[in-house]
Amino acid sequence: MNGIDVIGPQLAVLIAAGAVILVDALFPKQRKMLPYVALIGVLLSAAWSLSWFMRDDYQTAFEGTISLDQYSLFFYFIFAGITATVILASIDWVEREGRGASEYYSLILVVCSGLMFLSAARDLITIFIALELSSIPQYVLAGWGKNEKSSEAGLKYLLVGAVASSILLYGMAVLFGVTGSTSLTEIGAAITSNGLDNRSVLVLSMVLIIAGFGFKMAIVPFQMWVPDVYQGAPTPVAAFLSVGSKGAAFAVITRVFFEAFPEGFLSDDWTMIFAIMAAVSMTLGNVMAVVQTDIKRMLGYSSIAQAGTFLIGLAAISTASDEFTLGASGVLLFVAAYAFTNLGAFIGIIAISQKIGSDQIKDYAGMWKRAPVLTLALAFCLISLTGIPPTVGFWAKLYVFNAGIHADLGWLVVIGVLNTMISAFYYMGVVRQMFLGEPKEAAPIRTATPISIALGFATLGVIVFGVIPSPLISAARDAADIFARQ
Amino acid sequence: MLSVLVFLPAAAGVICLLLPRSAEQNAKYVALLGSLAALAISIVLFAQFDQTDTAFQFVEKRTWVDVASFNLQYHLGVDGLSMPLVVLTTFLTLASVLVSFSVTNRPRAYYACLLVLSSSVLGVFTALDFLLFFLFWELELFPMFLLISIWGSGRKEYSATKFVIYTIAGSSFMLAGILALAASANTFNIEILGSTATFEDTIFPLRWIFVLLFIGFAVKLPIVPLHTWLPDAHSDAPTAVSVMLAGVLLKMGGYGILRMCVTILPEQADDFGIWMAGIGAVSVLYGAFITLRQTDVKRLVAYSSVSHMGIVLLGIGALGQTSLVGATYQMVAHGVITGLLFVTIGLMYERTHTREIARLGGLARQMPLITTGMVFAGFASLGLPALAGFVAEITVFIGAFQKHEWAVIASIFGVVLSAGYVLWTMQRVVFGPVKHEWDGVTDQHQWWEHAVVGVLAVLTILLGVYPSLLMDMLDPAIGTIVARMAA
Repeated sequence: MNGIDVIGPQLAVLIAAGAVILVDALFPKQRKMLPYVALIGVLLSAAWSLSWFMRDDYQTAFEGTISLDQYSLFFYFIFAGITATVILASIDWVEREGRGASEYYSLILVVCSGLMFLSAARDLITIFIALELSSIPQYVLAGWGKNEKSSEAGLKYLLVGAVASSILLYGMAVLFGVTGSTSLTEIGAAITSNGLDNRSVLVLSMVLIIAGFGFKMAIVPFQMWVPDVYQGAPTPVAAFLSVGSKGAAFAVITRVFFEAFPEGFLSDDWTMIFAIMAAVSMTLGNVMAVVQTDIKRMLGYSSIAQAGTFLIGLAAISTASDEFTLGASGVLLFVAAYAFTNLGAFIGIIAISQKIGSDQIKDYAGMWKRAPVLTLALAFCLISLTGIPPTVGFWAKLYVFNAGIHADLGWLVVIGVLNTMISAFYYMGVVRQMFLGEPKEAAPIRTATPISIALGFATLGVIVFGVIPSPLISAARDAADIFARQ
Repeated sequence: MLSVLVFLPAAAGVICLLLPRSAEQNAKYVALLGSLAALAISIVLFAQFDQTDTAFQFVEKRTWVDVASFNLQYHLGVDGLSMPLVVLTTFLTLASVLVSFSVTNRPRAYYACLLVLSSSVLGVFTALDFLLFFLFWELELFPMFLLISIWGSGRKEYSATKFVIYTIAGSSFMLAGILALAASANTFNIEILGSTATFEDTIFPLRWIFVLLFIGFAVKLPIVPLHTWLPDAHSDAPTAVSVMLAGVLLKMGGYGILRMCVTILPEQADDFGIWMAGIGAVSVLYGAFITLRQTDVKRLVAYSSVSHMGIVLLGIGALGQTSLVGATYQMVAHGVITGLLFVTIGLMYERTHTREIARLGGLARQMPLITTGMVFAGFASLGLPALAGFVAEITVFIGAFQKHEWAVIASIFGVVLSAGYVLWTMQRVVFGPVKHEWDGVTDQHQWWEHAVVGVLAVLTILLGVYPSLLMDMLDPAIGTIVARMAA
């Protein structure tokens, strides 16, 4: 029973996924209830996580393959929040699409459970299964729309994802071959005791694993699919991909590298790999984003750039022991901040684009006059993406840069800071259009209530944690402390 | 008390926003009350300020974010260097509220922006935590962007965006410098950074950190060649924003260089002193030459600001007691004088709707009061003795002469040019034959127009004939910086 209790948060969403389909089958007239059934499942899951948090008694289950600790709890909360917000933001769209509502919501819930499993997995095989559990429904969701672009997005995502999975599997196989175990802790112990006997093979497996997760993290050079999928996939799904699967990929890669590739032996290798990829991702993503005219493509490239900023946190392994987890906590903080911010941005776009029927940035001109509150919320999210105070994005960036400085990565921080400047260019460009442009028509835009709630939730997070960042920062630190050296 | 002062304008701004639409014309009175109260508080603080004490006064300190190596204090305080600038800010806030009384386009939002701008500048001058300083520094961008782009004229969107991009670019460098400094000294506390902190194995050489910080501040000052945003911003901004921009926003740059670059990194400042003086002299000369060929009155004053702020940098570059005092005095004097110039130009523009020098002329007949104010401010600007600008410039030149005589000589030539462009402009705009095109215009007659011109003119004279009002306060504060330099 202990095992059931440990995976309770995941079970709650999985059961809800089944319940959604059952409710649809039993009460076909009550289709409007489906998203709320799904929401109840997510809330129950969050409540279960909360109960673990209150119990403050962390344990592992299933022979150490699933670990319930502060680290996974931190992500459980984030994923529950993301899923709830995405469900709210989807209601309007799914109703208009008019088909497969139950399948849609249950797939979203299955993805959610997969993401949660990913953040808790401590064994290579569990990681792989959790990854597939979260990925396969996402391929379906990306192709959910009726138009050609969506089908293209789904297929592209599937093909690229399949390649990524196999590369990841190669990496894991090599790692297993060298160390003789699939458990992260045992791998770590084996590497420590064998020293650097198989360094080149270990580095090979490391590179393969980075490549495998790189697709999910959307970092250069594994980013080609991002703009196409973001543009083609239904916007709520794109929002989900951009924060959910990216967050989970960072969750699991942080855990793999901290637990399986112990510092000292190999951390020199991987910090350098991550630092270079961070620099390239930020620069390429931002430069490409500047020239985009489609707002979803722009956010696609910007998410590549943001992933580069996450990577600074991974690269920032400080030599001072009391700051060892500074970079890791930076990654966690950034995941949380990015979840609020990017969700808010995508939901704002959902609300506007559905009404004006266009994703072109130039069609956002004068939105301020047609939907002031909506525009203001979207503007705050874009400001937060740039990293300007008083928003949560500022603290996340500041924290990660600070970690970089403490880890002697001054050059990387300077590149990051310069990239902030470039990003200001296109984020502020949208803000400028919305506030100063002349609207094509004067008709005010009405937003469906669930979308307003979702947007309000995200924007509130952006602003509240922008003014009082301490709780979020402490939570990220506590979560990252599981990697602290004893 | 300081917190009240810093947040009072912003609070008044929020009240403006909350006014119902039917009462939106009352926003100006709310703003007036708010800025008057802020001015009163700052004058009380100025009077209570203990000039013999070189430590920071009226200190407030609370922990805001505290997690391991990441410690942010809400820490305010003033010393002899920042106190005059705080009073300058509250004065000019009042002035800019008064000159805005005729604004009718969305007055609630307008005053809210103006007052939030004032709060953020006050925050910059009083913050004693480097991160908090940076927050206030960035906060100022939003209201400025909106003020120029919504209430401006001409190519307002272009100018507003240019302003924001230049500032963000500068502050990006500054942030890298701040983090690098704080990581090695393990604190963001400006007081500690500027006195007891030691910087060991920083990730950049300290020289680089100095340059990073300097770029951030120099964009704001501005120095040639980073100045091109200023004329654009000025010529397209509404009058009140020009007053704030020239009057206090530029001073944030000079203050930052003095407080951060020079005080925290005195050795590096000494190495770069000659560069600062050189850039200063170039700004003075280049600014003056460019001013000569301007055809738009506001652009003309904007370029003359580049020239005058060059004198500030020259004074800082000499790094002596006298020159630093002079540089700070120049910041205050320039704030008042240029504020007055922009006010009178704004009043004129409201009536003639043109700033083309060629179209204006002979206005002394049609609007005697306004042109009197303009000519007075012009004389102050060219450095007429017994007015504020003269005291400041002569102090800088005396202080800097021994160290960089060539730069001073070049700058003095710039001052000669300033007499040229001011007099020539006055002759073309104010004097000369009457143009009947302007026969119908009215002179200033509203009470607020009298009030704002009068207040600024009195200040200009006061600072010109009674310099020890500020000098006594600046001297000890600068003394500690110079003592640090010698050590």
